[in-house]
Amino acid sequence: MTNKQYQEYATKRSETSPCIINCIKAFITGGLICMIGEAFKQLYLYLNIDSDTSLLFASLSIILLTAISTGLGFFDKIARFGKGGALVPISGFANAITSEAIESKSEGLITGVATKMFTIAGPVIIYGITASIIYGLFYYIFIM
Amino acid sequence: MNNNHLYFNNVFLNNTSSVVGKKEFEGPLSSAFDLYSNDEYFGKSSFEEAESEMVRQNLNVLFKKAQKLPTDIDYVFGGDLVNQCVATSFAIENYQIPFIGLYGACSTAIESIICASVFINGGFAKNCVGVTSSHFCTAERQYRFPLEYGSVRTPTSQNTVTASGAFLISNTPSIIRIKSAMIGKIVDKEITDANNMGAAMACAATNTIKRFFEDGNMKTEDFDVICTGDLGYEGHSIAREMLNLEGLDIKTEFTDCGMLIYDKNKQDIVAGGSGCGCVASVLAGHFYKLLSNNKIKNLLIVGTGALLNTNSALSGRSIPSIAHAIHLSTEA
Repeated sequence: MTNKQYQEYATKRSETSPCIINCIKAFITGGLICMIGEAFKQLYLYLNIDSDTSLLFASLSIILLTAISTGLGFFDKIARFGKGGALVPISGFANAITSEAIESKSEGLITGVATKMFTIAGPVIIYGITASIIYGLFYYIFIM
Repeated sequence: MNNNHLYFNNVFLNNTSSVVGKKEFEGPLSSAFDLYSNDEYFGKSSFEEAESEMVRQNLNVLFKKAQKLPTDIDYVFGGDLVNQCVATSFAIENYQIPFIGLYGACSTAIESIICASVFINGGFAKNCVGVTSSHFCTAERQYRFPLEYGSVRTPTSQNTVTASGAFLISNTPSIIRIKSAMIGKIVDKEITDANNMGAAMACAATNTIKRFFEDGNMKTEDFDVICTGDLGYEGHSIAREMLNLEGLDIKTEFTDCGMLIYDKNKQDIVAGGSGCGCVASVLAGHFYKLLSNNKIKNLLIVGTGALLNTNSALSGRSIPSIAHAIHLSTEA
């Protein structure tokens, strides 16, 4: 058996993740997280905060909730159930930063916590900023 | 041909000890282990210190069981998965025993027993200790993601075992004899998926098993059990198919340490256990007990290792794999 044949054989026989069930779980979890976000937004609007600021506060509230649940050790369980549904919203980003920060305590505050916080989240920030600059340029040139 | 099957005279496995974590203790082999800890920190402040503490406790148990002092031991052979094997180095620094650090990923336990046997057979030592360990939390941190990160496991990924196994290998006669060994060659089938290490290591295991039986001195039916060391469910069934393809029919119980240590139906472990501590604790606990109680007479144990590191996996390189085998017997 050549290496190529073996690779094909190994890939073919390895069980893949159950796509449809995972999508349903992700839909429910992601939907619930967004619903909590919406509830926060309505709360802030009710408290007479303007619409833009309430949106911002709603995101911040989700970040806070995720950070706390990561620290208390149950966010990973939610994510194991909800998979992409828990990781794609802003909760995933908050979880990536908090979990790294908790674990790298032993390497110190600068070389540990501050550096490693961005191991998973760093690429999101870099490519997020790059994408928004490109979007901004297009917006400036073609729409404004 | 460099297919050297190493045959030993008068090398004995005098004693073993094992320490495991909570999840491993909840598994089907719980009664075979000497010590366990519910606390994943083992009373220390970081996971890396915890792993060293686990090895220290394990060595203390071994010395107590074997009624030996550290000064009675000529050499320690050992290793772990933490970068540059620091867990073992920190663990044994206070014993002041001459130390040889080894790395063979999950095959390190068998590698350490082979090295110790060679020293004893050659007359360079009377008593040697082989000790290896792995800790779920240090391995996750190093190879994958932080523990609290909601990472998702693929169905072929294995769970690193929190365990340490130690072996006292000596020229003093005891029931269990280390009869022979086969040192593995690197086998690389260019598998690049670090979440499917079973598939990468399966061919290394088949290669070593085939070479072990090549000189015709032993047949598969001479063994009560042939056990691979942590290929997990996926890799083990590949190994079985590959051996059939190669024309070696295993006519005895053929199993795997990664499958034995956990209960697949009750514990959330996906494809089985892995890590330096897996084959070490299963051999030091479960199989040592079976051999000393004469439930089995001949055991072929094949430790397999996936020799990747985090950078090689990220740069898309393949996973070089290795497997070492030893034959343990209660017959003269």
